[in-house]
Amino acid sequence: MTPSQIVESGGIELAVYTWGKPGKKKPTIVLVHGYPDAASVWKATAEILAERFHVVAYDVRGAGRSSTPDHTAAYDLEHLVADLAAVVDATSPDKPVHLVCHDWGSIQCWEAVTTELMEGRIASYTSISGPSIDHASYWIMNRLRSGSPEKIAQVGRQLAHSWYIGMFQLPALAPALWRGGLDKLWPTLLEKVEGIAEVEASATQTRDGANGVNLYRANFVKRLLNPQERRTELPVQLIVPRGDKFMVQEIWDDLPQWVPNLWRREVDAGHWLQVSHPALVAAQAAEFVDFVESGNETPALKRARVREERRGKAHSGKLVVITGAGSGFGRETALLFAEAGADVIAVDINLEAAERTAELSRLLGAQAWARKTDVGSTAEMQALADWVAQELGAPDIVVNNAGVGVAGSFFDTSDADWEKVLRVNLWGVIHGSRLFGKQMIAAGKAGHIVNVASMGGFTPSRFMSAYNTSKAAVMMLSDCIRAELADRKIEVSTICPGLSITNITQSTRFVGSTPEEEARRQQKATQLYQKRNLKPQAIARAILDAVENKRAEVPVGVEAHGSRLLSRFFPALSRRLARLDVAP
Amino acid sequence: MSEAWIPSAGELAGFRRAQKLAYDCAEAISADMKPGMTERYVAGRMKEYLLDHGADDCFHEPFAWFGDRTAFRGLIAVKQLGGFNPAFYPGLRRLEENMPFILDCAPTVQGCTADIGYCGVVGHNAILDRLMDDLIEYRALILEKAKARRPLSEISRAVDALCAKHGYDPRHKAYPFETLAHRIEKLKDDGKKSHLKIANFGVRNVSELLRDRIRGAREGWNPIWNSSEASNHVPTPGLWAVEPHLGFRDVGAKWEELLVVTGDDAFWLDDDVPHVRRWIERGLWKQAA
Repeated sequence: MTPSQIVESGGIELAVYTWGKPGKKKPTIVLVHGYPDAASVWKATAEILAERFHVVAYDVRGAGRSSTPDHTAAYDLEHLVADLAAVVDATSPDKPVHLVCHDWGSIQCWEAVTTELMEGRIASYTSISGPSIDHASYWIMNRLRSGSPEKIAQVGRQLAHSWYIGMFQLPALAPALWRGGLDKLWPTLLEKVEGIAEVEASATQTRDGANGVNLYRANFVKRLLNPQERRTELPVQLIVPRGDKFMVQEIWDDLPQWVPNLWRREVDAGHWLQVSHPALVAAQAAEFVDFVESGNETPALKRARVREERRGKAHSGKLVVITGAGSGFGRETALLFAEAGADVIAVDINLEAAERTAELSRLLGAQAWARKTDVGSTAEMQALADWVAQELGAPDIVVNNAGVGVAGSFFDTSDADWEKVLRVNLWGVIHGSRLFGKQMIAAGKAGHIVNVASMGGFTPSRFMSAYNTSKAAVMMLSDCIRAELADRKIEVSTICPGLSITNITQSTRFVGSTPEEEARRQQKATQLYQKRNLKPQAIARAILDAVENKRAEVPVGVEAHGSRLLSRFFPALSRRLARLDVAP
Repeated sequence: MSEAWIPSAGELAGFRRAQKLAYDCAEAISADMKPGMTERYVAGRMKEYLLDHGADDCFHEPFAWFGDRTAFRGLIAVKQLGGFNPAFYPGLRRLEENMPFILDCAPTVQGCTADIGYCGVVGHNAILDRLMDDLIEYRALILEKAKARRPLSEISRAVDALCAKHGYDPRHKAYPFETLAHRIEKLKDDGKKSHLKIANFGVRNVSELLRDRIRGAREGWNPIWNSSEASNHVPTPGLWAVEPHLGFRDVGAKWEELLVVTGDDAFWLDDDVPHVRRWIERGLWKQAA
């Protein structure tokens, strides 16, 4: 990259790089890099953003092609903010700019947005992996004062992640390391530790690393020991890489008290996500800029807006798709996820029932959507997946739960009966796993697919051939895709409920029976299940447990556990018992 | 004795007075409810109010439930002993801001007994609002089916089905005998200022219920209206205190009113009750009517 202009600030010459020209419909985005990088770290992201925006990046003083101050104090945050202001004035004199900042760039932009130094010059701020040092200091003090072992442990964990900051305070050591070979080693380190392949070695890596140490020396101790209360009303988007090796995620927990207008998104990536996932960073930055410019909040951003009451819950910020969500396990699972902080897409063939589930989920504080879909239809499931991808992005959790029942002699079970049970119970799971699994892979999400099978999957029975076959197929399917998705960090769980109360018994097709007899059998089956009294809540809890503890196969209810053991250790007995005529 | 009792216009006026007194009591006491008050204290104030305004007996002493106790979760929902459960009685739970509450009282005035349920919140509770809105459908459903003379167990099961559709727990199933409604009989107006109570229940009213149980067994009807086979009979003429009680998570809501059943019709004793006034205010009433 060659600088397009040089901007002077406080005796320092800053190398500025621009893509495109500012225009009426082209807001300016300013990218600020961190340590030990230079503006080049933004190259891929900037090129994508430049299709629609006027994009500016610059080398921070001491890095890249900018000149180097001659003393440590010149790296104080106030000088860094003055540099940013000089770049903004030179590149977008008439309109406030949108900041997108990473690591140290993010630390210095917090200073810019929470002080009056650049008032009126900033429209929005997207922050990646760099907290305000003042906020961090309060965060540490609050936790140490809380007396809660858990919170004190958080501080300990963050300090362990920040080991290098202490090392940087030592005279000479860190710069000597950069000059003594770490510069050459850096791309390899990124590849080994961060998994970023083919990192372009930066021509200025040695001085980026060695000079940048002064950023820490000039600011850290001073700010940590004497923090100021720093707030901003500006719209701030926080992008949190879940795999960040330099931050614990709890570091952001107190941010809403300083930043009332906060959007937070978590991505499955490491610290240098603008290098590993440039398209993702560009898309999320663009979406936020568009929203601030137009006022149109996309559903994905609506989901990302930080709401006080949703914070700190087990599944905060996650998006869950549930099929068969209009009743039974599906509805209960939706409600449990809603209570645990997730947002819910309730899918059911009965739209009214799905709407109701969505409404109840909203009562519990979630955002929720209802969609009418026949899971057995390839076209309808494709339409659902397209809608989810477009409106909300890839889900974190998919629960393929929709199912229908059929019972009776194998010889009375017609092709149509087979087709129906396989379409819903098996094809529904195939569609859901494939379509949403693909989305998770494309988004680089460490997602979770939950397939609801049944104890019927390992319990042969003379009058349940179609149903149990469909459920056994679901179990095998799950085992196969679990193996395939293992290196993608996408989990797959199979849930095998016992005799649990749902609408399925009332709507089970009893083949070879007259309509009156069928109604009687449905009622008898329902009564039998009611006597057993295994509630849908139990299955919903098992589903959450499977997600939280990454369980592969979860039988629910004593009969399911028993039958599973029987089929594993006494298969012959299991086959004998299948002959019993216990049909309702 | 086996003649069905169809209340006269004069008798209905007496029951209407009793029901109005009960609802006035709930509204007056709830208007003064503040965070920090206990269930026992509030129930005590209700009792005082009723005595000060002419009540001389009761079906049961006033109940007050706060917070998750409105939803009958945990101990209060234990159904052993047919549902008679000490956890029912008002306890030491203190009211907090935005916490739902239910007040339930059943005063007798000169031989006419009412039994009402009233819910509210000090502050705001979105779940309670939704439950109270949805309760309108139960009132319409029960009346429509009672007018059509459908068997009581069928009506009760329809209520269960509506709960399932709404995604609510039918919490009235935690009441004694899983009752959706129970009979109310006319007592003698003996002019006494107070009558015997045992374990917070009025002996005269409960005796009537026991007598009904014996009579009903002979005549094929059940004074406790629930989903069981014993209630599989057309609506018995007379007065029924109907009390659908819905629960969602930690919030419960109910109303309780007298339904008048005649030989060929059924109607609510009084439409001028707090929850109906609330539905009118919120614009829900027209579509139900």
